[in-house]
Order: sequence, then structure tokens, then C-alpha cells
Amino acid sequence: MATAELAHETDFDGWRAAARRFRLAGVEPAEARFVVRGQAHTSDLFSPVHPGEGRGPETHSQGGVQDTAGSAPPSSSGVRDLDPGLRRGAQREESFTVPKAFVEVAQDVILHRSADRFDLMYRLLWRLRDQPDLMRIVSDPDVADAMERAKNVSRASHKMKAFVRFRLVEDEAGEAYVAWFEPAHRVLERTAGFFVRRFTTMRWSILTPDGSCFWDGEALTFGPGARPEDAPREDEIEEFWKTYYASTFNPARLKTRTMQGEMPKRYWKNLPEAQLIPELVAASRARTDTMVQAAPTEPNARLSKAIARHVRDGSYDEGFVASTLDELRHGVQACRRCPLWRDATQGVCGEGPKQAKLMIVGEQPGDQEDLAGRPFVGPAGQVLNEALEDAGIDRDDVFVTNAVKHFKHEPRGKRRLHKTPVASEVTACRWWLDQERRLVKPAVTLALGATASLGVLGRKVAVTQDRGQALTMADGSIATITIHPSYLLRLPDEAARVREREAFVRDLQRVRALL
Amino acid sequence: MAQLDLRRKLSVLADAAKYDASCASSGTSKRDSRGGKGIGSTEGMGICHAYTPDGRCVSLLKILLTNFCIYDCVYCVNRTSSNVQRARFSVDEVVELTLNFYRRNYIEGLFLSSGIIRSGDYTMEQLVLVAKKLREEHDFRGYIHLKLIPEADPKLVEEAGLYADRLSANIELPRDEAMGRLAPQKDVGVIKKAMADVRRQVEAARPEKKAKARPPKFAPAGQSTQLIVGADGAPDTEIIDRSASLYGGYGLRRVYYSAFSPIPDASSALPVSRPPLMREHRLYQADWLMRFYGFSPPEIGEATVNGMLDLAIDPKLAWALNRRAEFPVDVNTAARERLLRVPGLGVKSVNRMISVRRYRTLRLEDVARLCRGIDKVRPFITTLDWTPGGLTDAVDLRARIAPEPKPDQLTLF
Repeated sequence: MATAELAHETDFDGWRAAARRFRLAGVEPAEARFVVRGQAHTSDLFSPVHPGEGRGPETHSQGGVQDTAGSAPPSSSGVRDLDPGLRRGAQREESFTVPKAFVEVAQDVILHRSADRFDLMYRLLWRLRDQPDLMRIVSDPDVADAMERAKNVSRASHKMKAFVRFRLVEDEAGEAYVAWFEPAHRVLERTAGFFVRRFTTMRWSILTPDGSCFWDGEALTFGPGARPEDAPREDEIEEFWKTYYASTFNPARLKTRTMQGEMPKRYWKNLPEAQLIPELVAASRARTDTMVQAAPTEPNARLSKAIARHVRDGSYDEGFVASTLDELRHGVQACRRCPLWRDATQGVCGEGPKQAKLMIVGEQPGDQEDLAGRPFVGPAGQVLNEALEDAGIDRDDVFVTNAVKHFKHEPRGKRRLHKTPVASEVTACRWWLDQERRLVKPAVTLALGATASLGVLGRKVAVTQDRGQALTMADGSIATITIHPSYLLRLPDEAARVREREAFVRDLQRVRALL
Repeated sequence: MAQLDLRRKLSVLADAAKYDASCASSGTSKRDSRGGKGIGSTEGMGICHAYTPDGRCVSLLKILLTNFCIYDCVYCVNRTSSNVQRARFSVDEVVELTLNFYRRNYIEGLFLSSGIIRSGDYTMEQLVLVAKKLREEHDFRGYIHLKLIPEADPKLVEEAGLYADRLSANIELPRDEAMGRLAPQKDVGVIKKAMADVRRQVEAARPEKKAKARPPKFAPAGQSTQLIVGADGAPDTEIIDRSASLYGGYGLRRVYYSAFSPIPDASSALPVSRPPLMREHRLYQADWLMRFYGFSPPEIGEATVNGMLDLAIDPKLAWALNRRAEFPVDVNTAARERLLRVPGLGVKSVNRMISVRRYRTLRLEDVARLCRGIDKVRPFITTLDWTPGGLTDAVDLRARIAPEPKPDQLTLF
């Protein structure tokens, strides 16, 4: 049996140094033993040990380690040959490395309160020799066990961040905050940094049975374990906290198992609010019944008028005819002629001079247009603006709108995918497009793409065949057709894009000539 | 009116705020109080400082500035026509309470909402003032969640985003048509527009890859909303569609589902019964399936009957029972997307399996160690040493793996 003595319960550096020596010496897990100083029950075999320095390469070592070879010459591996048979000498290692994942897990596992944690850690270290990938096989029983304990430790640390309750005390140096806390595992040092980062400008202490820590605003120091009576007994703000806790509880949704899963009973005695739990639970049923059974009271009559004043007029007149563009905008917001309003943010109406000679009609607002409430402000709008400029048309002179006023799309995670409106939706929305044309009275209406053409002309057209032609409308104005600029965005081939863009600009120039 | 003492106000205004389910304090920018004059930190993961017996966590001081309200939404405890006691905090009272609670490590920060008083602008101004004082006068670096008053001037929303980690406007009613009946002063269009504004500003504040100057932070924890379940008659499929639409449209971090709960002095316009907690739970599961498991709303719809999710089994299991032909899935070869569809396998379990199977071929006992319970998983997978044979298609499969159906949730009358 090879025994190493660790300076204290969480002496990772000591454990590491000893475990390294053990493995180099070929000490099998069953033969390795780690004991904590002061708790070594069977150490009569060995001479008493003195606090020593960590033997690992780490310079920040806090505790010392004394293995059973404390008296052996420093040149040896550090482990006394208790039994030559322990050395399965066949392939003695000179030195070795371990995956980072092992060190990380082991650093947590050592904080676990289980007595056999050192053995588990050493067993893993030993098995890593033949299975360097062991830590990745999280279904392995030893690895799963270690991960589980590391998780418990991590959870204990998280719960410490959650459940420490400071109480205010005044001393000669001013205000200080003191907490008594009993962590599920030995996580005080691991967790203290959190409180430093959060409460940098406060003076505080956290006292636990394992040890205590103090922050004076500049430095963090650790001390020995403490007793509950070392912490202050009360703090007047606690009454406010308990009031809050009781009031934020909804008695109609009793779920005590969920509560206990997240706030285990072991913590309750140090949580001031937990004292209220029994009475809150006991009264919840009756409180709910009272609410459920209570007859609704008559509302204050005086309020009825006040309420009515703020009621929104959500009515919608199917046959609404606008006499101004502003009225038309309101009409579109209330529109229920097709179901597209439901998933859109808002109806997007046209924009531009009231007497514009040219009206450009797109398909429908896209994602950006839907958010902003303005037409052609997204990527396709960018393409259109540049092409208009190349064609010598000032966008500020153009009334820009869409055949369909609401954004048709399909949600896909955090995005919305454009969907082409169907004929019935386009037809329903002609109600508004026709009114826009009636109010603006453009000399020329340019429809971008098939949907816009359907909206403007009321019939299906083949854009590539009919583009560029000047068609006379019923009111005597001219309509013409070209592609939609988003078509240019979708072309994968650079050469095709350049060619198509030139054709688009030519169409726009032709439109300019019509004005 | 007699002045209420501060504890009484706290009691009234916490009670008035508790029907908002949002509690998150996670996902904001990392920061701490080192080098500052005040206190506070946020480190990515939120912290739940306590749990009340309703199973909900206490992470933030969740209160209303006031429960006076000029609106009369029938589902709301604070509606004008309710006879509940009214109270109002001063800005300084909220600031002091927040700091006093925070110093004692009771909370992660503040979640401040309010009834609408005077006007949307005035109310929003007051909320912003609290956040501004905490940030600027006290250098408070903890978490702040502010409620958006949708009717408020977009400039105020912009200011709120500079101080708050998260902003939220609640849709509350999944069914638009119900809004006019149950919340006659609210306009869903106005709420959506406010959300659209927030999304645009959150995106504008995201630094370009090569930008030299970082734009000022805007609500780094994004925005969320809440839907009330069981007040307006919308079936689950409608609620899920609404959620999908909100997630897609406004980049929401979360949609919260809140089972409609009896309130003191309820309106006669709504049925008062115990809250449908299991239904709420199933909706959260469906929401997770959409966000983390690659399910689309129509696929979740396949797991419903008359538009309602099965209360006895989780929606993924319900979906799989209808889609037996897609199973069993070989855990040693199947793609991640397919593994995510196996009932009983969570994202973590799937990730672990994918990692382990590079080093060894998984047996049933390996899978059992990597997930939370093998019984539900077994009929849907094959491993090196296990094949479900006829089990996958067994007529009584549901009965074999589903827990005993619980009796319907009790409705009191």
C-alpha cells in the first residue's frame, strides 16, 4: 500500500504531486491511498509528518504534501518501495501528460465531500495511461461518476452564489456585510471570486464551517471555519425581503416539488425567506378557493366613462374609400381583406410626392420594410435606388409602393422567409393599390415583376416577354413592366447579374423617356 | 389618500407584478463592479436567488412602479375597474429597494413594469428614470429589465435600451381578435411596432466585424414577451404559430407562457378556474422543440388533437408515436438532427453520444448513462446490443412508456 498525506481536504496540488509520483512508480489504484492530515486513521506505519511544500512544479501551491516517502532521498520518485511487486516495471513512464479535461474535472471533484474522491481521481489518472481518450468517453462508469461529482460541485458553487444572504453590521470602519453559509461541497474558495467581482466596493465576509473569507475592498483573505453565532443575527431589510417573497408567490400555482428541487431543504435554515414556506403552502389552497369562488365585484361606475374614453376603435369598414393618402394609411392598418395582416408588423403603404408622375410598384414589403413601415428600404430597395440613379431618375420624384401591403412570410427560427403572395391576396390588395393610383394619378406606372404586374393590370403577364412595352390603362395613363430588383440579388452568376442589371437600367431609361 | 408605508407598498406592487412570468437574468453582456464606484455584475448565466412554493424562481426584484392603470384589460389584476388596493412607488424608493436587496445578495437586479398612468410617454419616462438613476448615480452594474410601454415615443424606448439589459412588451393574448374584447384599449399593431423598433435598434447596436468604434450597447439581453394561456380560447396550435411568428419577426430571446391564473377581484368576462399548469408546461416543451430541436410549427401540430397538445405525454413523444416509420434510429450512425427527434434524448445527451461514439460503439447501457431515463428512449433506437424489434410498432407502445394519465386538472365551480 502506498499512502500520500494531503495537507487539507482540497489540497489539489498535493494530490497532484503524489498521484504523479504514484503513477510513475506504477502504483495501481487499489494500492494507492490518500489521506488528509489530521484525519489519517492508520498512519502508525509512518512517521509523523510536518507541513511541507508542494512538490509539484506549481509555485502557487497552498498546502504541502507529504507522501509516505517523506524521508526518502529527493532523487527518488518520491514513493517508497513498499513492495517491489507494485512496480509492474514493464513500461515504466518517465513523465506523462494528461488531457486538460481531466485536470478540470479533478479540480472540481476534489471539492466534493465524498471520502473516496481521491481514489476515483487516481483511478482515472491511472486508466488514462492506456486510454488517453478516456475523458471523452463520458459513458464510461468512472468518467460518468467523476462528471457527476464535478457537476454536483459546480451546482453547489452556483447555489452558493444564489443563497448566501448578507447581513449588515456597523463597526468602527463603517458598514460591512457578513453572511453565514453552509455549502453542500467545499466550494468557498472556488466561489469567493464571484463575490469579489460583484461586491467590489463593499466590505464583506462569508463564514462557513469549512473556512471563511474576507474582502476589505482590496484584498481577499481566507481564514479558518466559523460557527453560525459568529455572524450577525438580523438585518432590518430582511423583513422587506420576506414581504417581497410572500407577495411574489402565486398561491394558485402550488408546485412545491419544483421549488424543493431547485432550493433543497438543506439550505433553508440559512435563508430568511424560507421560514415563510410552510405557512404560504398551508394557506394557498384556501386563498385560491376564495379567489375562484368570489363573485366578481361590480366595477366602479365612475370609471366606466374614463375607460370608454381610451377604447380603441378597431372596427373595419370593408368598403372604405380614402380621400387622402393619410386616410388610406389608416385604412390599410385596419384592413382584414386577406389574412396577411395577422403575422405582419404593419401594413406598408406607398411613399413619395402626392403628385408624382411616376409610380413604381413592387411585390410586397420584405422583412426590413415590415419592421420600418416603409417600402423599399431593404436590400432590394438598395438595388432599385442605384439603378434609378444610373437611369437618371431621382427617387425623391417617384411614388414607390407595393402590390401587396403586408409582408407574407414563413417563420424559420429567428428569421422570416419571404413567400410570394397568391393571386387572391394580390387581388384583395388591389383595393388599396387602385386607390393609391387614383389619389396620386401618375402618368406612368412601372410594375416590378409578376406580382406587381398582376396588381397593376389585374391579369397575369409573362414579365420577360412583356417587359418594356407601354400599355394604356383604362384611365388613359401608361403602365409598363420590368423585372423585380430582388431577381438581380438572387442571380448566382456574376456575368448574368451584370447583363440583367444593364437590361433593368435600360427599362428604367425607357420609362424616363415616357415621362 | 393615506400614505402607505413602504412595506405595504412593496406588498401591493409585488403582488401586482407577479403575473408576469419572465424572470431571466441571463444572456446579457459580461461585466462586474471592479474599477467602478458601485456594485453589480452579470456573468452570462443568470442566478435564481430563491424559489417560491409556486416553483417559480426569484431572480429579480419584480415590481410595478404603480398599479394605477388607465387601461381595462379584463384578464389583468390591475385593470381600471378592479377594486384592488392601489399604490405607487417614488423613483427613489425603487432605487433604494433595489440596492438594499442587491447588497444582501437577494437578487440579480430589477424587473420594473408599471400600470399606464397619465400617458404612455409619462409612464415610460418614469421607468427610464429609475434605470438611469441606478446606472448613472449609483453605477449599478446588475441586471435591469424594463417593461416597454408600446404607446411611448420611440425616443424613450431608445433611451430605455441604453440602461436596460432587457426590454419586453407583452402581447398577452395569442388571438388578435380577442384583443378588442379583452383589452379594448390595446392595439396589437402598436405592440408589434414597438417590438420591431427594438429589434432594429438591437441589430444596429451590433458592431460590424471591422468597425473601429463600437456602437453604444442597446438592450444586450434582447427582448421577450408573454402570452397568456387559457384566457382567450386560442388552442395550442394557434399559440405556437403566434410564437413562431414572434420569434421570427422580432428576434425574441424568449416567449413566456403564463397559465391564466385566478386573480383577486376577477372580471365576470372570464372563466375563473385553477390555472392550466400542465398545458403551460407542454407549451414550453413545444417552444423548446422549435428553438433547439429543429421542429417546425406544423410538425408540432402533428402531435396535437383538435389543436391541443397531449397533457399526458410530452409533445416529442406524441410526435414520435405518430411517426413510427421514422424509427428506430441507430444511435451509432444517425445524424444529429435525427437523434434530436428521439423521445427522451435532450440536446446534451445527443451531444455526448456524438462525442462518445467517435471512440466506442454505443451499447444500451452507455445510452442509459447519457440520458435521463432509458425507458422512453429504448423503443426508438438501436444500439450495438439492442434492437427494439416489434416494440417500435407495438399497438400498446404508448401505454407501455407513458406514465399513468393523470386525472384532468380540477376545475372548481
